Amino acid sequence: MSPLGNILKKEIKELLTPGTVLPIVLITLIFGSIGNTMGGIEEEIQQLPVIGLINEDEGIYAPVITGIFQNRSNIVINSTTLSEKDQVIETVKEKDGTAVLIIPENFSDNILTDKPGKIEVYWIVKGTGIMDSIPSASVESLLYYAQHQISMTLIIQSNASSNASLIENPVITIDTTNLKGHEYPNISPGTITQILSTQSTTTPIVMMMIIIIAGGMVISSMALEKENKTLETLLTLPVRRVSIVTGKIAASAIVGLFLALIYMFGIGYYMQSLTFDAATGSTSFSLALSNFDMILVGISLFAALVAGLSLCMLLGTMAKNYKSAQTLTAPVTMMAIFPMILTMFTDFDTLPLALKTLVFAIPFSHPMMAQRALLFGDYTLVIGGIIYVVIFSIIVIGLVIWVFTTDRLLTGTVVGKKLARLRRKR
Amino acid sequence: MKTVEVNDFIKSYGRLEAVKGISFSIDKGEIFGLIGPNGAGKTTTLRVIATLLQITQGTINVLGIDVKEHPDQIRKNISYLPEDAGAYKNLTGRQYLQFMANFFTNDSTRDMVEKGVRIADLDQRIDDKIDTYSKGMKRRLLVGRALMNDPELAILDEPTSGLDVRNAQEIRSIIKQTAQNGTTILLSSHNMLEVEYLCQRIALIADGKIIEEGRPNDLKQKYKAENIEEVFMKVVQ
Repeated sequence: MSPLGNILKKEIKELLTPGTVLPIVLITLIFGSIGNTMGGIEEEIQQLPVIGLINEDEGIYAPVITGIFQNRSNIVINSTTLSEKDQVIETVKEKDGTAVLIIPENFSDNILTDKPGKIEVYWIVKGTGIMDSIPSASVESLLYYAQHQISMTLIIQSNASSNASLIENPVITIDTTNLKGHEYPNISPGTITQILSTQSTTTPIVMMMIIIIAGGMVISSMALEKENKTLETLLTLPVRRVSIVTGKIAASAIVGLFLALIYMFGIGYYMQSLTFDAATGSTSFSLALSNFDMILVGISLFAALVAGLSLCMLLGTMAKNYKSAQTLTAPVTMMAIFPMILTMFTDFDTLPLALKTLVFAIPFSHPMMAQRALLFGDYTLVIGGIIYVVIFSIIVIGLVIWVFTTDRLLTGTVVGKKLARLRRKR
Repeated sequence: MKTVEVNDFIKSYGRLEAVKGISFSIDKGEIFGLIGPNGAGKTTTLRVIATLLQITQGTINVLGIDVKEHPDQIRKNISYLPEDAGAYKNLTGRQYLQFMANFFTNDSTRDMVEKGVRIADLDQRIDDKIDTYSKGMKRRLLVGRALMNDPELAILDEPTSGLDVRNAQEIRSIIKQTAQNGTTILLSSHNMLEVEYLCQRIALIADGKIIEEGRPNDLKQKYKAENIEEVFMKVVQ
């Protein structure tokens, strides 16, 4: 077995322990169950609300309301007299219902005499959670729809020659959005933002999680080598420093990607329950990535991962023990979170120059920005970013290998020979 | 050709001069001991010979190769056992020996690993995770690792440090046996009785300088002392 393969195998064995896998699996399960709950909300929304109805009105407008509720809710008790109110409420409570609607006898008369018709609603609310508010929100939307239908009837009755829909919606906007020099017909900026929201959130979160998980592993791996005093032995073996560095980075990347995949399975399920179907929306407005674009995004992700892990390796060489390694992960975490938040809420092109430079300098920003940039044909930013990240990685890996050949790794100090001679002469 | 040749070796950490110009040499198959108190410069000297740290000034040749110029070549022929060294906790003893053996040969590592297992003498526990080993068991495994590849030079830093009498005695026997088979041993210790028992020649080191060097019996005669501990006290005074 080659020295690199030997180190890679050992590192994976050391990193892939129940202690590292279990927390990620637990987080995945938590996100998965939250996603499941969100899915439950969708099901709840689709269910007909359970209500009770007391209709004392015999006029022309009450049937508009009763008709809508008969079709779009589950009326468990129907009464025509207010004296049965308590009985109706009890029945609705027993049937796990949401509301009792009371249409008084003067409802239609009031409307016909230019007064608002009043409907009394007795709400039965079981809790204050999102799930608990769904049935009442459904009833409210049905009431709003009923009100709208009565408005339309009134418009028609007041002027038979008029188009009620036109009176209600006299203006229609025809949108054409010019975004980054491209014209998108029949789409508003708000809709574009909604379409791109998945890409704006998912990729940055994936990138951030991979960097935090895999980066933490690299730093901890170096720290544990020092704490367990295995590093000294490793450095006296007939193996090139570059193999040790590459083996550690590659193993952390493999294990980190594996754990991030488990994690993303959970968060993906969770996000699916929250977000709009971007793929369908974006394709219909010519905002989809080509295969070449996807390859570029993949290269950008991989380059950023290597850059991140090299940086973590460099930080890891400074760690004295496992405890200090935990502190050293903070700057990397910050470097991953900062562009994530920025790319979620703003566009790189609209940032001031100083902030633009800072975001460009952080290697993790590039895969986060790549998808959006490619959708608008900005290949310069993506390819330029990849070249920058590759150069960044080469420099950092070079630095790590240099540290491995100096005393710093074991003693925490680097003293050049010339400098030491100078000091002695003084 | 000497196995180790150290000439006017100086090692500094910033302003601190840990080793202040020492010279000594070790013949093939010899057990040579560096003895002295904590902070005398023993471990620094061993680490430089083991290619872990860089030389500030002077020259060190191992098997005729300059440690500064060709450390990679030296690493193929030496073994270093650091003081308080650890092993990878998630591996079993056998997996650890296998991992180490893979660096020394591309051919079958079976014989090398079996030799390591024999030296470690851990019976069935060799297939248990290192995490479950006692300090003595771990040290025996590490000695097995250090000697299984028949190195031309074994550098052992405090090989019996922290071990009980029985374990320490067993490790001393293994070291003696290894030297008889042709491996040169360079060890450090502040246990002067151990050094007297093991080493053919010793160097007394204090404050980064070698203050005396020779055969234990010659030194005892020279200073009219009963043991090396007494020699050391007289030399220091």
